[in-house]
Amino acid sequence: MNKKTIVIDILRYRPEMDEKPFTQSFEVPYIEDTSILEALQYIKDHLDSTISFRWSCRMAICGSCGLMIDNIPKLGCKAFLRDYYPNKISLEPLANFPIERDLVVVMDDFMQKLESVKPYLIPGDNACMSSGEYQQTPLQMEKYKQFSMCINCGLCYAACPQYGLDNNFIGPAALALLARYDRDSRDAGSAQRMKILNQEEGVWGCTFVGYCSTVCPKKVDPAAAIQLLKVESSKDYLIGLFKPD
Amino acid sequence: MSKRKPYIRKLETNWWLKTGFYTRYMLREGSCIFITLYSLILTWGIFNLSQGESSFNMWLDTLQNPFFIILHLIVLIFALYHSITWFALAPKAIALWVKGTRIEDSVIIATHYAAFAIVTVLCLLIITL
Ligand code: SF4
Ligand code: FES
Repeated sequence: MNKKTIVIDILRYRPEMDEKPFTQSFEVPYIEDTSILEALQYIKDHLDSTISFRWSCRMAICGSCGLMIDNIPKLGCKAFLRDYYPNKISLEPLANFPIERDLVVVMDDFMQKLESVKPYLIPGDNACMSSGEYQQTPLQMEKYKQFSMCINCGLCYAACPQYGLDNNFIGPAALALLARYDRDSRDAGSAQRMKILNQEEGVWGCTFVGYCSTVCPKKVDPAAAIQLLKVESSKDYLIGLFKPD
Repeated sequence: MSKRKPYIRKLETNWWLKTGFYTRYMLREGSCIFITLYSLILTWGIFNLSQGESSFNMWLDTLQNPFFIILHLIVLIFALYHSITWFALAPKAIALWVKGTRIEDSVIIATHYAAFAIVTVLCLLIITL
């Protein structure tokens, strides 16, 4: 029988009894194809039922299970014990977010940021029902598709020191979402969204650290979205100098 | 009554030492200090040039000092580091589409290096001719 085990350190915080977070160690059986999320489930089922963490799909699509694994933001269901064995693994709640309990963070601010960029198709003035459905070529779709793959996991916010230093910064995923609608041929809301991205807390809050794109599990590349939006914002500024209205 | 009490962690001042990625980013940002230093040295040279030949030669002599040679080497390393890391990031800010396909990142990066080489050769020609 396989008796190999691996130690997992978890940063715990129980708001009703703890002043501040503390680390608790667990030893779990090591099996090559066990994910970090499954290890957490093992701990909850067999070692300590009070431990809290989020998950749903177990297949990197719901975006619920983000956490810091050895200080790097990752999805618990997309990281495996074999990537760390025989070393100890440290698990902490996603950085830059307030801790609700154990590995669960408060994501309200992140959700508000996503909502704030008008993430829906804004029809042009002349659009009317009688003109029928929108048509889009595969090429037109290709221009925004990558930015539409976001699963709202928040890993990029945990990777962003600019957000960590000042959470007024609208942040990577929300700006990628803004780019996703801006680049959609069916959308006519660019002018409305320009006000959002021109602000200091908009694209100009980004100093191009680029770690958001490295940690993104869906290859959304929010850093690229932001740099492309900076180009748009600069163009808007230059045009505004000559054609103020 | 709610038992909620969200715990806020402060970003530590040494956050940029915790991950290699952040440290490399800070080095890239920090390279501006050395590049500013270098442009100040050049400005100082132009000022000396305006003061006549002997003053300019004195400036040139001063630069032979080991201190300045080491400083120049350090500046060169930072300038190269900045250029290389910056070129590597360039494709993120450039989305060029030709005939329905996006131009490959490697092409954009190669174009930057080509431009870098051409400008360097031109500068060398201007200085040496
Ligand atoms: S951009 Fe990537 S890292 Fe950020 S929330 Fe979306 S999927 Fe997650
Ligand atoms: S459980 Fe859904 S993304 Fe990991």
